[in-house]
Amino acid sequence: MFSLERWQEILETISKNKLRTFLTGLSVASGIFILVILLGFGQGMQNGISAEFQRDAANRISVYSGVTSMGYKGLNPGRFIEMTNDDYNYLITKYEDDIEFKSSVYRIWSGTLNYGNESGSYRVEGVYPDYQFLENENLVAGRYINYDDQRLKSKIMVIGNKVQQDLFAGKSAVGEYVQINGINFKVVGVYSDPGGEREETRVFVPLSTSQRVFGGADKVRNLGFTLKPQENFEDALAQSLQFSAEIEEFLKERHLVAPEDTSAINVNNTLESAKRFYDLIGMIKTFFWVVGICTIIAGVVGVSNIMLIIVKERTKEIGIRKALGAQPLSIIGMVLHESIFVTAIAGFTGLILSMALLEVLGPNMQMDYIKNPSVNFNVAITTVFILVFAGALAGFVPAWRAARIKPITALREE
Amino acid sequence: MITIKDLHKSYTMGTNSLHVLKGINFSVQEGELVSIMGSSGSGKSTLLNILGMLDEADQGSYTLDGVPIKNLNEKIAAQYRNKFLGFIFQSFNLINYKSALDNVGMPLYYQGMKRKERTEKAMAYLEKVGLANWAHHMPNELSGGQKQRVAIARALASDPKVLLADEPTGALDTKTSYEVMDLIQGINDEGKTILIVTHEDDIAHMTKRIVNLKDGLIIDDAPVNQIRAASHV
Repeated sequence: MFSLERWQEILETISKNKLRTFLTGLSVASGIFILVILLGFGQGMQNGISAEFQRDAANRISVYSGVTSMGYKGLNPGRFIEMTNDDYNYLITKYEDDIEFKSSVYRIWSGTLNYGNESGSYRVEGVYPDYQFLENENLVAGRYINYDDQRLKSKIMVIGNKVQQDLFAGKSAVGEYVQINGINFKVVGVYSDPGGEREETRVFVPLSTSQRVFGGADKVRNLGFTLKPQENFEDALAQSLQFSAEIEEFLKERHLVAPEDTSAINVNNTLESAKRFYDLIGMIKTFFWVVGICTIIAGVVGVSNIMLIIVKERTKEIGIRKALGAQPLSIIGMVLHESIFVTAIAGFTGLILSMALLEVLGPNMQMDYIKNPSVNFNVAITTVFILVFAGALAGFVPAWRAARIKPITALREE
Repeated sequence: MITIKDLHKSYTMGTNSLHVLKGINFSVQEGELVSIMGSSGSGKSTLLNILGMLDEADQGSYTLDGVPIKNLNEKIAAQYRNKFLGFIFQSFNLINYKSALDNVGMPLYYQGMKRKERTEKAMAYLEKVGLANWAHHMPNELSGGQKQRVAIARALASDPKVLLADEPTGALDTKTSYEVMDLIQGINDEGKTILIVTHEDDIAHMTKRIVNLKDGLIIDDAPVNQIRAASHV
């Protein structure tokens, strides 16, 4: 079947029919090319949207404390529970592998800011550096709080866009000193928040600083965590629920809160948004698969069409060959061998070109909602084989029919 | 070499059945040069197609070189065509993307001959028909006479028992026709059995025997005095 003589014959036929070969090859190569680029951008969109949603911290878990509603172990109801640095440190150590971003928050009620003649009342919170990601804040100037600030208990602050507008009237706030309840803090950064103005009227200082300066001791107001993203929603949901339950149990036990008390320790799990996020990713994946499959079908139809035309065009030649002693099997073999050879070469050419393009362009893509388009090599190579196989199958039927045509009929064909 | 007994063939076209061959009895000895004549519709091409195993008879027997040709499947028919027969067509039927040399080599390819040997042998046959210098030309670079000579070389390449020519001069002018006939006579002189279907009287008289067909029956079958084509060239 794959003798040297056959190869010589095929290669000669291919080289003498350059246009035909080129057109067949082009349709296969462009089909694969488009498919790979499409799947690549599908992946890119998924990456991009994932990135958007993760910055939103849609999987954020918040813990608030409150007042106990029932007595427990001899303690009266109505106690105010306050979480401490120890709670936070214990949790982030215990769940180090699962947690992506983490921060505890100490809130200063009614912080008054003064800068020159301007003043205003804002929500001032002491936070860790990760809080930027929990809140989905983007820096527009300067920097965010860092761990050195925590360690040194620096009197620095990061303010929202709106605060800058209010106090600085369009001037840059970075480097200026602003008083919080009469104490000077240096502005090191200004952030914006997709949540809008309400979210931008907040002021952040290092947690350690806030606890020392504003008399917080080791108390924290709430805790925020995000867990590392999982492959699918079910895994993320299960992990998140388990995490929530475990920290709730831990905190209740530690602060002597009745297990059935629902008001003293609140663990708020933003699963609703997470579900939307995973649903959206699922839909994008499905969409691109549907488009991809349609592209393959279009490619298969194209290849089939060309094979039909090629066999039709060669009917007379087949008649001549049969008159000269070609056997039906050798005719089928000739047509299939050629078509498989051409589609395979063209398919891999398209594959290599498109993968190369994605490799070069992918990491440099800087667009909203598209991030690092790439394609799974196994998926791409499978589609090449599907196309080659479909081309062969599509070529087989007309080849088989051509091989069965009586040579006299084929010779009459003009 | 060829023996045909009571050969019948009819074609069905819609509801009409057209009885083309109505009982042909006919035999050809080795080394003969026979022309089959007749007006169009007399069944001469059909007869040639059956002789060439390109078509099958409905009834009757056909023996070629002692082998009964009957109930052939495609595979065996292809083998027999390759081994026993060489075809020459009115429209040459060369493969247009192959050089003259490769065209001549085609039957040898289907015999499974290696490329080197094939090329040598094909070249020898091209020399024989006087086209050695044109070996690497494509069919569209050749004149009609040259194409037909390539086709004759191809028909000879597999060293068949019988050459079957269907109007070999039909597409050629008189002078070229005579040159082709001269070549065919030369091949016959070397002992090859040749059958020619023609409707041209002068061509027919360049063979050694004329078989006349009319309405599917042989009405006349007689040897003639061969006119050498060379005397007209």
